[in-house]
Amino acid sequence: MHLEDLAEQAAQYRNEDAHIEREVRVCVAASCQSSGSLPVLEALKSACDTQGAGSCKVKGVGCMGLCSAGPLVAVADKDCALNESVLYRDVTPDDAPDIMASVCSTPVERLRCPTDQPFFSRQQRIVLEHSGLIDPDSLRGYIAVGGYAALVRALTEMTPADVLREVTTSGLRGRGGGGYPTGLKWSTIAKMPPGQKYVVCNADEGDPGAFMDRAVLESDPHRVLEGMAIAAYAVGASKGYVYVRAEYPLAVERLETAIRKAKRAGFLGAKVADTQFAFEVEIRLGAGAFVCGEETALMASIEGLRGQPRPRPPYPAESGLWGCPTLINNVETFANIAPIIREGGDWFAAIGTEGSKGTKVFALAGKIKNTGLIEVPMGTSLRDIIEVIGGGIPDGRAFKAVQTGGPSGGCIPEAHLDIPVDYDSLKTLGTIMGSGGLIVMDETSCMVDVARFFMEFCMSESCGKCIPCRAGTWQMHALLDTLTKGRGTRADLALLEDLCDVVRATSLCGLGQTAPNPVLSTLRYFRDEYEAKLLGDA
Amino acid sequence: MPLPTPQPNVRVVTLRIDDRDLSAREDETLIEVCRENRIPIPSLCHLDGLSVWGGCRLCMVEIAGQGRLVAACSTRVAEGMTVQTDTERLRHYRRTIVELLFAERNHVCSVCVSNGHCELQSLAQRCGVDHVRLPYRQAPYPVDSSHEMFRLDHNRCILCTRCVRVCDEIEGAHTWDVMGRGSDCRVITDMARPWGESETCTSCGKCVQVCPTGALVKQGTSAGEMVKDQHFLPILARRRHAR
Repeated sequence: MHLEDLAEQAAQYRNEDAHIEREVRVCVAASCQSSGSLPVLEALKSACDTQGAGSCKVKGVGCMGLCSAGPLVAVADKDCALNESVLYRDVTPDDAPDIMASVCSTPVERLRCPTDQPFFSRQQRIVLEHSGLIDPDSLRGYIAVGGYAALVRALTEMTPADVLREVTTSGLRGRGGGGYPTGLKWSTIAKMPPGQKYVVCNADEGDPGAFMDRAVLESDPHRVLEGMAIAAYAVGASKGYVYVRAEYPLAVERLETAIRKAKRAGFLGAKVADTQFAFEVEIRLGAGAFVCGEETALMASIEGLRGQPRPRPPYPAESGLWGCPTLINNVETFANIAPIIREGGDWFAAIGTEGSKGTKVFALAGKIKNTGLIEVPMGTSLRDIIEVIGGGIPDGRAFKAVQTGGPSGGCIPEAHLDIPVDYDSLKTLGTIMGSGGLIVMDETSCMVDVARFFMEFCMSESCGKCIPCRAGTWQMHALLDTLTKGRGTRADLALLEDLCDVVRATSLCGLGQTAPNPVLSTLRYFRDEYEAKLLGDA
Repeated sequence: MPLPTPQPNVRVVTLRIDDRDLSAREDETLIEVCRENRIPIPSLCHLDGLSVWGGCRLCMVEIAGQGRLVAACSTRVAEGMTVQTDTERLRHYRRTIVELLFAERNHVCSVCVSNGHCELQSLAQRCGVDHVRLPYRQAPYPVDSSHEMFRLDHNRCILCTRCVRVCDEIEGAHTWDVMGRGSDCRVITDMARPWGESETCTSCGKCVQVCPTGALVKQGTSAGEMVKDQHFLPILARRRHAR
């Protein structure tokens, strides 16, 4: 297949829909589904049939971002972006006739959600460029917006070295949290001797409050597959696995559909796009162990073993699945690949900050007006994200802290909100980017409680292999429990700090090594809250 | 992790451990080199002849130029490496880890059959653990006495998985495994059936011999009598590999 063939195919798909002028897009990603978007979709479809809007098409699409206002429905001219559409919030099936009647006339004011608000206008969508616009289950829809062109281009017009060069030039860093340079990781695996190699997509998103990967898989699954196939071509792999949580049934279902359709259309399988390149993808379900997001535990789990980490080195790049070189990247990392190949590495490198290129998808959760999914350039300040894009704290309360990076991260107080968000600046504050969960806390939150919550999470998610993590988190949780109940002494606090040090320095894998972070960061910025809860000095 | 297969032409490197210049084969781990040279490195999960586990974290050492501590059992030597095995920081961590082990189950030496012959006990003495700062967890685990020759007491188990590995890698039965996660982990026989009902157990007793504590013992031994013998393991393992 040549690029021209694919472009022709895309044009043909667009032509087939040429009679459609307006689209009614209903979000069918998990969070809008949970607030009832499927009945809305049905109601709109039947209203469309009865009201005979021939030039109008009702379709289910991926996440539009503003999850707190769901179910969301967008009415727009075909091919118009989200912020050019008329957006309706909290739609019920009863609203369907009104919405259909308004398609070609004045919008329904009572349901409107303004799209000129900063939540939409301040975003820059690269990973989420098709999210909320295309039907995630439709391969034709993906091809019509230029999907798989990057893969075909890589296979027919670029050598693996060219692909590596573009990815390296882009400066993309791993979006799973570690921030390791993607180009460097890819080149390491490409340089390993030829033979069996694997590409693994880590979709085992387990951080409390994070749903970026889920939304990407539910909204644009082909994008992830395309990124994986390009990676496989670049490093010389022929087999890929997507390790996805079983708690994401909708994402799994859409991914299965996408793999089946991509295979039938020749974008996966024996001769990808009629070239000699072969790439098969399989799904592996993770049964809800947080530690399986750690790459060595993830590989053990794919191999059918107990999901436990092993010491590194050897790193997966050298000895991964069944001892073969293995490339492991996160969902969002793979979703960035197609645009990098399409627009070039330099284009990507021009976005973001010096050390952190591109954009980052964040999941806003907690005490914030606009909870949902956003994508902003690296370097946007936390204050912008929370106060401007997120709409600030509801109910007139005051901001207290924001947690980045989930259980491995830390809490940032008001005083540091103006810091630009990138990998390095967050580190200076004692927290990390993580996979992109942002949990906002207001003045009613007790930071000792917060630390206890995250320690409880780490304690119950510890795999139990190494003693500092297995017993250390248990002891730390017990100490935090005593402290929150106001029964702790100064000696307990000192012991807690000591355990933080031991667990961080001696644990086997990232889970244990970072488990003390929520305690350490709350101690760093909110020590007075711990002190206030102490019993009198004994 | 499989044992390193002896390569015919491995290079020899020189490194510095505790201010001593030493030579080592490139495919050796730090703990092997230390033990060869009688540099004491504490460990409860590592046993010569079994695969590397890296779970007890007691063998952690400092390497110059590396911020993180590394486990000596899972780290290969390298040319010019400078290693410290006994700094104040390491001693503090080891003491705390031993305390965590004691507090995790119900380790009371005076009433244990392995008293006087227990690796955890002697390690605690070596590390200077004269009391435990942490509260004991006191999880009430039942004792499995269903096997006619041996007994399993979860309350003395430190989850080093030596029994799991020796049964799988040396005996080839794979009777033992671990179930649960976090602090709920425990060793099991077959599909968590009583040991006495296990269809795969060959009653060879290797698991009992390699167990560092009083978790696996011979029936009928009284306190202080339970002596374990592990010298068979490296010999057996090496003979198997030579074949």
